[in-house]
Amino acid sequence: MKPKVVREYKFPQTKEEMPFGPGSEAGVLIDVNSGWRTLMPIIDYGKCNKCLICWIFCPDGVISKENPQLEIDYDYCKGCGICAYECPKKAIAMVKEGEKVE
Amino acid sequence: MAVSIKNLPDQELFYGHKACQGCGGAIVARLALKVLGERTCIVLPASCISSVTTIYPQMSFLVNSLTSSFPATGAVLSGMAAACKAQGLKDVTVLGFAGDGGTIDIGLQALSGAVERGDDFIYICYDNEAYMNTGVQRSGLTPYGAWTTTTPTNNNAVGEKKFKKNLFEIMMAHRIPYCATASVAYPNDLLNKLAKAKEIQGPKVLHVQAPCPTGWGHGPEKTVEIGKLAVRTGLWYLAEYENGQVTINTNPKEFKPVKDYFSKQKRFRHLTEEDFRIIEEHRDTEWKILRNYLGKDE
Amino acid sequence: MSELKMEKKHFLSGDEAVAYAVKLCKPDVIAAYPITPQTVIVEKISEFVAAKEMDCQYLHVESEHSAMAASMGASLMGSRTFTATSSQGLLYMCEMLHYVSGSRFPIVMVNANRTVAAPWNIYGDHRDSLSQRDSGWIQIYVENAQEALDATIQAYKIAENSCVSLPVMVNLDGFVLTHTYELVDIPNQEMVDEFLPSFTTTNKLDFNNPKSLCFSASPEWQTEFRYQQYEAMEAAKKIINKADEEFGKIFGRYYGGMIEEYRCADADYALVAMGSVAGTTRLVVDKLREEGKKVGLVKLRSYRPFPKEYFQKLGRRVKAVGVIDRDISFGYEGAVYSDVKGALFHPGAQVKTINFIAGLSGRDITKEYLTEMYQKLEAIDKGQNIAEVQFTGLRWT
Ligand SMILES: Cc1ncc(C[n+]2csc(CCOP(=O)(O)OP(=O)(O)O)c2C)c(N)n1
Ligand code: SF4
Ligand code: SF4
Ligand code: SF4
Ligand SMILES: [Mg+2]
Repeated sequence: MKPKVVREYKFPQTKEEMPFGPGSEAGVLIDVNSGWRTLMPIIDYGKCNKCLICWIFCPDGVISKENPQLEIDYDYCKGCGICAYECPKKAIAMVKEGEKVE
Repeated sequence: MAVSIKNLPDQELFYGHKACQGCGGAIVARLALKVLGERTCIVLPASCISSVTTIYPQMSFLVNSLTSSFPATGAVLSGMAAACKAQGLKDVTVLGFAGDGGTIDIGLQALSGAVERGDDFIYICYDNEAYMNTGVQRSGLTPYGAWTTTTPTNNNAVGEKKFKKNLFEIMMAHRIPYCATASVAYPNDLLNKLAKAKEIQGPKVLHVQAPCPTGWGHGPEKTVEIGKLAVRTGLWYLAEYENGQVTINTNPKEFKPVKDYFSKQKRFRHLTEEDFRIIEEHRDTEWKILRNYLGKDE
Repeated sequence: MSELKMEKKHFLSGDEAVAYAVKLCKPDVIAAYPITPQTVIVEKISEFVAAKEMDCQYLHVESEHSAMAASMGASLMGSRTFTATSSQGLLYMCEMLHYVSGSRFPIVMVNANRTVAAPWNIYGDHRDSLSQRDSGWIQIYVENAQEALDATIQAYKIAENSCVSLPVMVNLDGFVLTHTYELVDIPNQEMVDEFLPSFTTTNKLDFNNPKSLCFSASPEWQTEFRYQQYEAMEAAKKIINKADEEFGKIFGRYYGGMIEEYRCADADYALVAMGSVAGTTRLVVDKLREEGKKVGLVKLRSYRPFPKEYFQKLGRRVKAVGVIDRDISFGYEGAVYSDVKGALFHPGAQVKTINFIAGLSGRDITKEYLTEMYQKLEAIDKGQNIAEVQFTGLRWT
């Protein structure tokens, strides 16, 4: 389960559309965090043994372990580099944002 | 069932927040909710974590949350726990998630009252060792020697001149059902303490060291490494207090030199050999006190 | 009226009367901290709880800040709550007062009015609650122990109305009301249950659809949330009156809602008063009426929301209005006076006004003082020059 990501959030236009007081439904995201990133983690699946060390330490929880291969949600990865730094297999490379990866 | 990294759910209950890159506090919040689950209500006093998660309309918690006033966490938890009791809600976890300042300084009275009353809640103090949300001012948990904006280091000043208060022992003195220290760098230990706390009735307090790249002056990728060094140098210990007994979870025979920890953080850059000596002496005293609790009843 | 006979008369102090009201309203959670002259309320409630006459969670909090914080915690879980305080305690919980109103939690609190140090003093005036005028709480002031009981029951009805959803503070004068014994009707439970349904709210946490409550709002949105609070307060005006009418129908006691007039219909001179002094003023009005003076009393029950519309009309009807303030806003005048004056003066109003600062820190407001006040109103009406702010009973002039 991931929060509801509302790309085009519609702010209330009328009084009636306002939330009742400062309370709302939980888990609503209206923008992404990818713009924070200067370095991008790239997993080399050949090296990864799915030890989940990167998964447990990611402060943003953007690595998913559900599928056979780990997946990074690049919309919300901030590029902190903890995953790469802690990976015992050196399976994650931090590459400059925008640079071509093969 | 003992929790382990492998059997933790993939489901994220804390997502898309605006904490700095590599935030240790965010790791604590994320892992706490993984263990405590969907039926958790989290109370967030003013702090980094509250201000990076719940600004209308962006809400980063997927569980029920309350953005609360700075000093009142313990009392709000009491009220919630009392309401749960009144309504017969049994499977709900009431969780406080406060910073070091919100816990050891302004929130200590409310926490003490709540623990004394024996209300059923979990309280996590994520300790980034200063008031970070307001721009790195000292708190009662800022360590000796640290630079903060209110303990400056120009003109050869040492920075913070006092040692950390000991929340663990303060809680022990309440004869609390369960309290523990932990670290983001030791996730298995942290997860098991969370799981234990979830099962115990009454107040539970976890004091978790949470390195802060922004306030401590280290690279965002080094958060876990710094956390590990704090434990290996003996400057942070992992311990538990349960049924009146203290357990030390990592009991190193010898410590790494404290310099290894300090040299990696800008906030300690100005420290001298004399400071290291003072700090090591204090560290050794703290460990002596801690080890003295062991096997007291035997 | 036969069922009214089912109420029982008891000899009770104001504090005890409040405790009985709370018992009848069946809150789930009570969190309170002792302070004179409120303490008797929480002591009495503690006895009810210990005797299992009340089924609720009673939290012995370690401060008033925590009392209000715990009440908030319980309210946001959807529980009905109660707390009580006074003076220094009210100030100590000030941060939480704003938190609770801004988050729209319908918490009911009784404040035993007592002055605020320094000079230290435990006796009554309105400086504590009036200092919290802008905290976003509905403030009701009562005249006697019976009204304290009745207003506390009404307070839940008002606070929990879905158009309002605001906290309510019932104010009763320290000692004069809290510690003075009167014959009080304690309504029976069935009648209270009929008047006050059990608490339901949508403004609470929800385990099927989790919520984020009390979130932060940026400058772009803060105004809209404040507007909601403003509207809720405006809506409360009607609800306060309606609650009083419904209450009257069931219990046979009416208080006029926001305002109660006493012999004002044809009055030239009106005194505006809040709280217990209204009782003495009635006697003075009766006496002066016998002497042929056209005097009346306006008992202001609801200070927030403020019955602006009422005073706008009053300004056209009477020649002079005096406002008794058990308070002074240093650097200006009594706070109640400022508000009344602001509403009285509008195009077409010729009314003259004086502010009587009286009854500070428990100083008696005697019949003589009140008579003098009416005399001064007549004097300014006749053109005499009198300083606008009068310190009643000051040892020198
Ligand atoms: C009563 C009160 N005093 C001061 C503040 C300002 N304030 C907000 S957060 C904060 C510091 C929080 O420090 P800490 O609890 O350590 O959490 P951190 O931000 O470091 O995560 C302060 C001083 C406040 N919100 N309320
Ligand atoms: S830490 Fe490295 S090896 Fe372990 S799961 Fe992550 S990428 Fe794979
Ligand atoms: S770079 Fe940081 S945020 Fe991105 S996946 Fe790695 S640990 Fe998570
Ligand atoms: S300042 Fe520190 S604790 Fe606060 S969000 Fe940034 S990294 Fe986290
Ligand atoms: Mg902090």
